[in-house]
Amino acid sequence: MVDGVLVLDKEIVVPGQELAEGMDFLPGSNVLRDGNKLIATKLGLVQISNRLVKLVPLVGGYFPKKGDMVIGKIASISTSGWRVDFGWPFEALLSIREVSNSYIPVNGIEDMIKIYNFDDAVIVLIINVFGNKIIDVSTKAPGLRKLGPGRLVKIEASKVPRVIGKQGSMINMIKEYTNCKVLVGQNGLVWLSGPDIESELLAVKVIKKIEDESHVSGLTDRIKAFFEEKK
Amino acid sequence: MVYDKRFDGRKFDQLREVDAKIGVIPNATGSAMFRIGKTIAIAAVYAPKPLFPQFLQNDERGVLKCEYNMVAFSGSGERVRPGPSRRSKELSLVIEKALMPVLDLKEYANCAVDVNIELVQTDAGTRCAGICAASLALADAGISMSDLISAVAVGRIEDKIVLDVNKEEEDYEKGMADIAVAYSLRLDKITLLQADGELTKEQLKRVIEMAKFGCNKIREVQIKALKDKFMVK
Amino acid sequence: MKNSIKEHLFNLYGKGMHIDGRRLDEYREISIEYGISAKSAEGSARVKIGKTEVIVGIKLDLGEPFPDRPNEGSIIVNTELRPICSWKYESGPPGTDSIELSRVVDRAIREAHYLDFKKLCITPGEKIWMVFIDIYPLNDDGNLFDASALAALAALMDTKMPALIDGVIDYKQKTDKGLPLKKDIPVSCTIVYCDGYMIIDPTTEEEQFIDARLTIGFLDNGNICALQKGGDVGLSEEELMKIVELAERKTIELRKYLK
Repeated sequence: MVDGVLVLDKEIVVPGQELAEGMDFLPGSNVLRDGNKLIATKLGLVQISNRLVKLVPLVGGYFPKKGDMVIGKIASISTSGWRVDFGWPFEALLSIREVSNSYIPVNGIEDMIKIYNFDDAVIVLIINVFGNKIIDVSTKAPGLRKLGPGRLVKIEASKVPRVIGKQGSMINMIKEYTNCKVLVGQNGLVWLSGPDIESELLAVKVIKKIEDESHVSGLTDRIKAFFEEKK
Repeated sequence: MVYDKRFDGRKFDQLREVDAKIGVIPNATGSAMFRIGKTIAIAAVYAPKPLFPQFLQNDERGVLKCEYNMVAFSGSGERVRPGPSRRSKELSLVIEKALMPVLDLKEYANCAVDVNIELVQTDAGTRCAGICAASLALADAGISMSDLISAVAVGRIEDKIVLDVNKEEEDYEKGMADIAVAYSLRLDKITLLQADGELTKEQLKRVIEMAKFGCNKIREVQIKALKDKFMVK
Repeated sequence: MKNSIKEHLFNLYGKGMHIDGRRLDEYREISIEYGISAKSAEGSARVKIGKTEVIVGIKLDLGEPFPDRPNEGSIIVNTELRPICSWKYESGPPGTDSIELSRVVDRAIREAHYLDFKKLCITPGEKIWMVFIDIYPLNDDGNLFDASALAALAALMDTKMPALIDGVIDYKQKTDKGLPLKKDIPVSCTIVYCDGYMIIDPTTEEEQFIDARLTIGFLDNGNICALQKGGDVGLSEEELMKIVELAERKTIELRKYLK
């Protein structure tokens, strides 16, 4: 172990736990410096590379960020836009201008409903966040749209990167083995649609398994083995 | 009159059996059960939640809202009438103050972080059990914390300082002093201190030492419970 | 135009399945634990149906009988839908949801005379036993009605009477005596009606789309002891009788879970 480091790399640590001692260490995300010591501020996996000590949380909710794609439901409609509930205390605004690059004639609410209706599930892009309260979203970019028939599964936001995998490796494996269409929102909502219920339930099971074992190394291989067994 | 043997036979610096479990309420962002002796507290954190009325919203950080409640059948004698009482409102407030010093709620600006504590069975030390459960639930919810908070009730019975009083000791017929203490080991700071009864200054010092000792033992159980969440089944 | 999540769910109902793959007439995993608050409650129980969890505690007290029932003890059912169990509840006095739940649980127990109220009388016209049944959902993942009703029955069965010394209750002393319960247990089953499908044990996400709901209490002898319909949509007589038949089958199953 490196001098001054008090924990193992990829060890599970708790808030308040001392991770390293020495002024030449740098606190990364979810790590604070208290005098000479670096302290964990969340329950998670510590990652040490050279003198940088950071923490990947294994728990915790989603915080909206510009550039994130999130899945939500249309909560209200006006003639200037829609409000989207994506599991945050404040609803996002999808303005009529952010739906298409071409002009959309709108004569009343009925025209708005034809585009997105109450309770429709949608995948949107966050284009602006201000003070947690104002969240502007858009469906202009490719892939953003109203979601077709399927189910919504809620996962912990902290597990989203594992469910997607490096460059989509994990999510692609899930799609391949289950023949399901899968879309993962950064907010932890996953939309799934499969050829039959068995495929969908298998996808749900695997996603839950990834959530439970996200902190254990070799996850990709284990999931692959899990699928091979099920064949 | 000398209190040289505790009613339940424990040593003066001995805690009752302590047990904690994380993630007991699936709907919540974070949750925990904490049991000390026969006192059982369950805490759930729901975060972030909308905060109303609007004037309460703080655009620099989230607002912690703690609620302590005893279920109707948790009292030692008669049924506890459901609903807030002066006592439960006071305890909700002191519990909130006990947790705040270690919390960083910047990420939750303009929102609320709700902590709901229910006492399912009580045998003294309820606010302390509530704090221990809440601290675990906050960690389980991924709230940024500079330390865990542990809490325990210490008693002065006759001239003895006893750790983790139970109801029988609380009801000692000659009277006693009952002191609730919440503590952060890393910060070495006391975040809750309430005392009922008479104490000399010297006794207070001994009470604090005993409380720190007890809190540190409880902290070990809390840490283990958090790590156990990730034991692969 | 149906929304896509609803459409997908109703497709599954059409194939005879819940969102989680169960058959429409199948309960999630059920477990009952007795004496979960044994130190303070006279009787208590915890019921889990899938992820839904409800605890119930029984407290006994002395009181005066109602003037129109001078020889009978009483039961008082109260439900607290606390924010601990779900994002949707706020702290406050019981709203219509918790009041309805309390009254539905009460109805099956009271109308079946599950407790022999006369045996709960101490001095006619003056003193009776009051049995408080307090229901606390700890995690709401749908079907609180059935979980609460089952937990209330289990808690009643778990109860031991406290000692009565010189007309005063000594809560610290429990006797061996249980409540005066009849052998025939009134078991309730709630059936929800959704897009024409009859469904047992909906989860929270399924509860969003309910048209109607019917809770039926059945006795072992096959008689109905309580009925409660909820929801905005009406039921035809034919639909009603089909629901009743299904509920009877399911209550026979549920009865086996109670000791």
